[in-house]
Amino acid sequence: MNGLLEQMTEKALARNIPLSVQLDLTYRCNERCVHCYLDHEDHGEMTTAEIKHLLDEMADAGVFILTLSGGEIFLRKDFFEILEYARLERQFCVKLKTNAIMIHERQAAKIRDVGVESIQISIYSHRPEVHDAITLVPGSLQRSLDAARFLKSQGVRVIFANVLMVQNLQDYQGVRKLAEELGVECTLDPTITPMMDGDRSVLSLGVDQTALRQVFRDQALVGDVEEFCTIAAPADENALSALPCSAGHTACYVSPYGDVFPCVQFPLPTGNVRKERFVDIWRYSERMNEVRSIRLKDLTTCTSCSHVGSCTRCPGLAFMEGNMRGPSSQDCEKSFARTGIPSANMLAKKRASRDLVQIRIMPANSAQPTGAIA
Amino acid sequence: MSSLYVARNPRVAARSLDGEMMIMSGRDSTMFTLNRTATILWQAADGATSLEQIVQQKICTEFEIEPDEALRDAETLARDLASHGILQISEEPIVGGDSK
Repeated sequence: MNGLLEQMTEKALARNIPLSVQLDLTYRCNERCVHCYLDHEDHGEMTTAEIKHLLDEMADAGVFILTLSGGEIFLRKDFFEILEYARLERQFCVKLKTNAIMIHERQAAKIRDVGVESIQISIYSHRPEVHDAITLVPGSLQRSLDAARFLKSQGVRVIFANVLMVQNLQDYQGVRKLAEELGVECTLDPTITPMMDGDRSVLSLGVDQTALRQVFRDQALVGDVEEFCTIAAPADENALSALPCSAGHTACYVSPYGDVFPCVQFPLPTGNVRKERFVDIWRYSERMNEVRSIRLKDLTTCTSCSHVGSCTRCPGLAFMEGNMRGPSSQDCEKSFARTGIPSANMLAKKRASRDLVQIRIMPANSAQPTGAIA
Repeated sequence: MSSLYVARNPRVAARSLDGEMMIMSGRDSTMFTLNRTATILWQAADGATSLEQIVQQKICTEFEIEPDEALRDAETLARDLASHGILQISEEPIVGGDSK
């Protein structure tokens, strides 16, 4: 974060202003990515008028950075009407997230004219056979890359977003090279989000410890490997008073149906903008205020963990594991892969699994039912 | 001193945060914050009102400052903001200026 934005974020935090909001315009999508957590059926998306009204409310509440995402945002026929309203009428700093397969020269020029801060495109591999096998849409890599070129030629800032999983583990360097060739930025994230209905089976697509260790020692990704993999100093009182992340503090998420959550990855419903004003949900929702009240020192398990000061713990993933004050196992795995030191949560799980061993070798002279293990 | 007209550049992102204007340039995503005087100038820059009128009606009424000195400062400020692509300036009224 640049210095000025950091200062403004601190100011927003002190004044309880939601500086940054992700608004998903739709959950419908024209790709069927194997790791996606969304239900793509339309269960009653907000209308154009409802979205414009919400944008008015958000601008009045002080929202500055607006991320429009989905689903695939370009599937909404009113997408450009919403974008133009957000940019030109309400002066948001707009970021877009898309697979970009519906962006051609005309749309790229329109995006340039309206002026967006950046456009993030999901790219999973530099090889069509790998990318298309993840999106389940033949030809999708080519179409996404064509769009990136159209946008780049218009001077739009493009960022490739790559999710690291079992299917594309070998390809992240290829994606980075491709990004470099096209003159666009690139991010890599090994986090897989559980399905919206709580189904966690999709997590099996996540990469294992060996792969994570390899990625975290790739200098091209992390910079100074030694520094990145160092165990942080024990957290002092100041560090323990810190906020776990921006969710509910200076940022939140609104679904296509108007539901407000602390973050896209934190499915705790706090209100609905069809029933209440956005700013009232932000300020007065009990659940939002509960999320807001949590400091690192309030976390169960994590406060005793050697990683507490440096962990990337996601409160939303912890919530999806059952406790918003608890650990997020995916982040425990990342801390372990980075440093080689298991987290307090991992050690506790190991102890618990030992206690669960039910079958023990019994002395030969013990009375045993027929067929029991001797 | 010639008459100048100023208009907000519609390509920038802007939001008032507790009286201080946050601006992000559409050109290169550089962030700026405007102080109180610059915020008044920004908010009044509709392309149709001259800088002189803005100074007389909005700045001199807010601050204890001589009109000539205020106008000189405002012109320097307007040219500075224009150099960052935040404001448009012209010696004629700016048609299609951001009138909100």
